[in-house]
Amino acid sequence: MININEVIETNEMIEKENLDVRTVTLGISLLDCISDNMDLLCSKVFDKIVNTADKLLDVCTQIEREYAIPIVNKRVSITPAAIVGASACKTVDDYVRLAKTLDKAAEKVGVNFIGGFSALPAKGMTKSEILLIDSIPQALAATNRVCASVNLGSTKTGINMDAVKQMGKIIKETARLTKDQDSIGCAKLVVLCNAPDDNPFMAGAFHGVTESDCVINVGVSGPGVINHAIQSTAGKDFGFLCDTIKNTAFKVTRLGQLVAKEASSRLGIPYGIVDLSLAPTPSVGDSIAEILESMGLEKAGAPGTTAALALLNDQVKKGGIMASSYVGGLSGAFIPVSEDHEMANSVVCGALTLEKLEAMTCVCSVGLDMIAVPGTTSESTLSGIIADEMAIGMINQKTTAVRIIPVEGKTAGQSVDFGGLLGSGPIMKVNSFSCEAFVNRGGRIPAPVHSFKN
Amino acid sequence: MAAEKSIITVVGKDQVGIIARVTSFLYENNVNIEDISQTIVQGYFNMMMVVDTSKATKEFLTLSEELESLGKKIGVLIKLQREDIFKSMQRI
Repeated sequence: MININEVIETNEMIEKENLDVRTVTLGISLLDCISDNMDLLCSKVFDKIVNTADKLLDVCTQIEREYAIPIVNKRVSITPAAIVGASACKTVDDYVRLAKTLDKAAEKVGVNFIGGFSALPAKGMTKSEILLIDSIPQALAATNRVCASVNLGSTKTGINMDAVKQMGKIIKETARLTKDQDSIGCAKLVVLCNAPDDNPFMAGAFHGVTESDCVINVGVSGPGVINHAIQSTAGKDFGFLCDTIKNTAFKVTRLGQLVAKEASSRLGIPYGIVDLSLAPTPSVGDSIAEILESMGLEKAGAPGTTAALALLNDQVKKGGIMASSYVGGLSGAFIPVSEDHEMANSVVCGALTLEKLEAMTCVCSVGLDMIAVPGTTSESTLSGIIADEMAIGMINQKTTAVRIIPVEGKTAGQSVDFGGLLGSGPIMKVNSFSCEAFVNRGGRIPAPVHSFKN
Repeated sequence: MAAEKSIITVVGKDQVGIIARVTSFLYENNVNIEDISQTIVQGYFNMMMVVDTSKATKEFLTLSEELESLGKKIGVLIKLQREDIFKSMQRI
């Protein structure tokens, strides 16, 4: 039987260490909504989302109350819109209209974000994908809840550099169209390499075509719980540190799995995966940088940071994989800047730079995340930063991503405030040497060799 | 009807009558107590009860709300949670 100390430990994790379930994401296939008629497409898409997700909020609230565990976000992901709209959407405006339909459906079912305004041109772009990508700035400016993502490369296909180049331009344009709100549109836009089909986390969530009609995916959290556990290991060796992280990650993941199974059975929708990612929030005590510092670093970004993060990420996976048979999505530590107050502090005090963050992305998911840079950063520099990150993902057979915000009208050292879970942070300095001639070459970077791994 | 095991926790400053008031509430609502244990953590009174709510006269969430407000009256924190959360986190 459960004993009182175990009960106290679990409840302290929830009450004092910010343990929660970060997201319950309902993936919905819209393949059966495809039509060559725009009106029909929009009404089918709206109906399918609303009919499938109408109970999502109620069921999550019930679970929250029965177990006394907060579920922070309830979200919906859909089949990449560039597939769904390929037949009906003939213009950029058609795609903007589809985005508005998604926004309305999200509002109707009460989710804060809907992911899947996406294109997957890892190798080449269809006409529909070109249109969707071109519509992203307007779509994100005209909606509140829609998240867009573009998969630009993979280990199997290489990197689509034409699309990389285009995304530099699109990100700039998105920043410009939402300049009244610190270019917040870019916070809802992510580019990826090796994007997973079952990611429950925004902005990169979409419901891949490998998935069933609908599915429940859950993203756990728990940086505060891991940090608290690590604080008790001061002075102990790495073996002890790793065991502590694994044990804690096991418990956190079990909670995610319980919520996933409960939500699944109450909604009558199959359970897909638990995503093990440690996802920080701007709250104090819910930070990845705090974890790195508890391991013995003065500030995140100090020498040793990449090793500390690698260790953390690997132990979280080891503990999590033991706890759940169906692990998926991104499953790694997120290292966003604005969404993690201590990460932002480390940038402000000069401990953490863009280049160090890039190194850190080699050992964790998911990439350069929520990085605010000067509004004067050029399209080609953005494309260069994206290409670097895509290359890390492609060569290391992992997911990497870039969510970068060139804040219109602001320069390095100033700060931005996106509000809510998106947080606030400093504008980071960008290496201003040009990569224009490189980015402008056009074409693809071929898939890498899978042997000779040095 | 199969047992529906849940955990009630009571946390707060120790005082006369906490257990009496919680247990009479449970009696009135036909909730069976299977186990009680208590301990003091950092000066705070912590009590845990394993209960079976399958024959309760009220819905689970109603019981949960009423226990919460009972706690407020006494000046302690009372929570009712399904047992699965502890079993899944604390057992392999």
